[in-house]
Amino acid sequence: MAPAHPGLAPARTTLANGVVLLAKETRTTPAVTINLAMRAGSICDPDDAPGATFLLSRTIDRGTATRSAEQIAEELDNHGITLTITVTRHIFSMVCTCLAEDFDAVFALLGDIIMSPTLPESELATRKGEVITAIRQDDDNPAVRATESLMALLYEKHPYGHRLKGTVADVEALTRARLVDLHARRFAPGELIAVVVGDVAPSHAADAAQRIFGAWRTPPPPPIQVAHVRPPDARRRLVIPMMNKSQADIAYGFVAIARRDPGYHAYWLMNNALGQYAIGGRLGDSIRERQGMAYYVSSSLDANVVEGPLAIRAGVGPANVDRAIASIDEELIRLTADGLTEKEFDESRRYLIGSMPRRLETNDGIAAFLLGLEFFDLGLDYDVRMPSLLAAVTLDDTLAAARALLDPARATVVVAGPYGAS
Amino acid sequence: MAVPVTQAALANGLKVLVQEEHTAPLASVWCWYKAGSKLERPGLTGVSHWVEHMNFKGTTNIPRDQVKGIIEPVGGSWNGYTWIDQTTYFETATRDALDRMLFIEAERMASCLYHPDDCESERTVIISELQGGENDPDQFLDQEVTATAFKAHTYRHPTIGWLSDLQTMTRDDLYGYYRRHYVPNNATLVIVGDVDTEDALERVQHHFGGIPSGEVPARHLTAEPEQTGERRVTVRREGTTAYLKIAYHAPAIGDAGFFPLLVLDAVLTGAKGLNLWSSFRVPPAQRRARLYRALVERGLASAVSGALLPTQEPFLYTLSATATEGVALAAVEGALLAALEEVRRDGIADAELAKAKQQLRARLVFDNDSITNIAHQLGYFETIAGVDTYRTLGRSIAAVTLDAVAAAASTFNAANRTIGWFDPVTA
Repeated sequence: MAPAHPGLAPARTTLANGVVLLAKETRTTPAVTINLAMRAGSICDPDDAPGATFLLSRTIDRGTATRSAEQIAEELDNHGITLTITVTRHIFSMVCTCLAEDFDAVFALLGDIIMSPTLPESELATRKGEVITAIRQDDDNPAVRATESLMALLYEKHPYGHRLKGTVADVEALTRARLVDLHARRFAPGELIAVVVGDVAPSHAADAAQRIFGAWRTPPPPPIQVAHVRPPDARRRLVIPMMNKSQADIAYGFVAIARRDPGYHAYWLMNNALGQYAIGGRLGDSIRERQGMAYYVSSSLDANVVEGPLAIRAGVGPANVDRAIASIDEELIRLTADGLTEKEFDESRRYLIGSMPRRLETNDGIAAFLLGLEFFDLGLDYDVRMPSLLAAVTLDDTLAAARALLDPARATVVVAGPYGAS
Repeated sequence: MAVPVTQAALANGLKVLVQEEHTAPLASVWCWYKAGSKLERPGLTGVSHWVEHMNFKGTTNIPRDQVKGIIEPVGGSWNGYTWIDQTTYFETATRDALDRMLFIEAERMASCLYHPDDCESERTVIISELQGGENDPDQFLDQEVTATAFKAHTYRHPTIGWLSDLQTMTRDDLYGYYRRHYVPNNATLVIVGDVDTEDALERVQHHFGGIPSGEVPARHLTAEPEQTGERRVTVRREGTTAYLKIAYHAPAIGDAGFFPLLVLDAVLTGAKGLNLWSSFRVPPAQRRARLYRALVERGLASAVSGALLPTQEPFLYTLSATATEGVALAAVEGALLAALEEVRRDGIADAELAKAKQQLRARLVFDNDSITNIAHQLGYFETIAGVDTYRTLGRSIAAVTLDAVAAAASTFNAANRTIGWFDPVTA
C-alpha cells in the first residue's frame, strides 16, 4: 500500500566508484539545480595551512585538464549561470541552476571542474588578492568579527573555531603545491554527493552521472576524525572595540549538540521558540518588540557532525549593549526555569512541520534539503518522518534541552562595535 | 510566462491579480501600495518605511500580542519592504490559509492601531536599522552617491530616512501618512498559488469589499534636471577596504532606453534578474563580462557589479567595485572609465548582444521559481508600470538592437556621472 504522503522520494544511485547521486524531478520551471558536494570542508585544512580549502574554492574553476579558465568562463556565461562555490566545516560544494536544456553540458562542466582542476599558478596571485580583500572586509565588519570570535572562543583549537578564510598571513603563505596536494588527497569519488533537482528525469541524471564520473578513480582519503567538544564551564566575555562603527553586534553562544544527537528535535523546537518564531521568538519579543533595542535579534542552532553551536545574535546601539545582554540572560533564565508555554510549544511545532512544503518549493531548497539527508544519514524518507519525530517531542524534552544548554553562567559573549567597556 | 493572470478591480478601486500555480499546495498573497519614499517631504523622510514597521503591530481585530501566531502555525512566512516607489507586505503559507492571509492584509489596510508606545519603541528599532546599515561602508557610500546624483528629485533621500527626521517624527505624522496612502484605490492585491481564481476573488470581495476608498493625495514630484557636469563625493572614514561607485542617470522602466541599458549592463557586469526580492541573492554570470575582465581578472578589484533597477521614474545605473587590497582607487576608477569609454566609442559586438539576451532569458526563468517570487514580480511591475510590462519582459529584451545598446552607451559621458569613493583611513 502506498504511504499517505509519498514525500520527496528522491532516486538514489551509487556508482561503482562510490559517487552518490540523489535526483528529484520537478517541473515548476524549465530549470535544474545541480549541487556537487564533496566531503572536504575546512576541517581538511592542513594544520599548517589554514584557509587552504577556502582558497581552493576560489581557484578550482580556473582551468581543468581539458579546459582553460577562459573556456570555463565562456561556458558558464553562455548558459547564463553562476557557479557558487562554498566551503563549510565539512562540505565543499559547487552549486548552480541552469536551464533544463543546458543540463547535460553544465553537469559535465561541473564534473570536469571538481575532478580535474589544474589550479594554474597564473591565477593564484589574483585569487589570493580577492581572498585577502575579503578578509580585510571581514575585519571591518562587526557582525563577522563578533561571530568569528564567538566561534574561536567556544571551540578554541578545534577546527570549528577556525576562520574559514584563514588570516592574511595564512593566505599569503599558501602555494599552488599545497592546493594541488589538498585536492589530490581529499577529492575522491567516494566523498562526492551529487544532487540534481529539477526538470530532468532521474534516469537521465543517473546516466549522465555514470558518463561523467564513472571512470573517476582516486583512492579514498583517510577518514577525518573530528574530536568531540567540551563546552566551556564558565562565562566568558570579549569586547572588540570598533569605534568607527555606528552599531554594536552581539554574539552570545554555547556549544550545543551534534545533528545525530537523539535529542536534536527537542533542541530544534526549543530554539525555534527561543529565537526564531515570527520575528525572533522570545528574544525578538523582548529585545525588539517590547524594548525597541534592536533591528535584528535571533538565535540559530547549527548542529553538526560533532557538537555545533547555538548562537544568539543581535545588533544594537552602543548605549543598549549592556541592557541587551542582560535581557538575553533574563530570557534564558526564564526559559530554563519555567520552560515554554503549551501555546509556544504547540505553535513552534506546528510551524516547523507546516513550513516543510514552503522549504521544499524551489529546486535549490530541495537540493539543500536532500544534501543534508545524505550527509547526516537521516534517511531518504526523513521529510515524511519528520512530523512524527517532532510530534514525539514533549514539553519536558524542550525544558530539559534548555536546562542542559542555556546557562548564562556558562555563556560566551562577544561584543564588536563602538563599545569600549571590557 | 504563459500562465494567465486574471485582473480584476473591486468597486472601491482595489486592483486584484490572481495567477493559479498548482505546483505545490501553497498560496502567496502580496499587498502593494504606491507609497514609496519618493513621496516623502523634508522633515518626514523615512515615514513610508516606519509606517511599514507600524503595520505589523496590531489592528482593531488582531490584538498586539496576537500578530504572530496567525500564519506561523500553518508553516507560513511573512514580511514586507519599502523602497523608493512602493511598500509591500506578503504572506506565503499553505493554500488552506488563504482566508487568514487576506484577513491580515485587509486589517493592515484599514485598521492598524499606531499605539503611541509602539511608535516610540519602533523609533529606536529603526534607528538601529539605520545604524546597522551605516556599519557597511559600501552601503554608506551608495547612500552618499545617490544623494549627490540627485539634487531635485526625491529619489535622493534614503528610504530609511535621515536620522534627524527619525528622531523627531511624531505618531500623528505616521498615522496621517498611513491613513492617506493605505486605501484600496492606492493598492494592488496579488494572489498566486494553488487556488481557484473565482473562489479567490470571492474571498477578496469578502475581506476587502467593505473598505471605503479614499482620496489619494496628488503628489507632484520635481523632475531631476539634466546633469551638466561630473559630480564627486569622497568619504574618508576609518576602514580597511576601498570602494568605488560610478552612477549615471538612467531610464525608468517605461522608457525606451531601459531594456537596451539592461542588455548593456549584462555585457558589462553580467546578467542578473529583475526581481528585487530574490535576484540579487545570486551573483550574476559575469566571468566574461567586460568589467569583470577589466578589473577583477587584472587584480584591480576583488568584485565588480552593476545595478539597473526597474523604477517608475528615472533613477540610476550604478557600477560598484571593491578595490583589491593595496590597489589605489584611482587605478580602479581609471580602468573602469576606460572600459566604459570603449563601449561608448565602439558599442558591443553581435555575439555579445546574443549572449546577453540568452543570459537574461535564463535569469527570467530563475526569477520565477516559486509562487512567492512570481507574486512579487506581478505586484512590483503592476505598481510601477503595469503588469503587462512584466509579462512582456522576454519580448522587450529580445527586441533590443545593437543601435539601441549604442544609444544606451552614449549616456556614459562625464557630465552624466557621479563618482563616489570610500577612501579608508587607518585607525
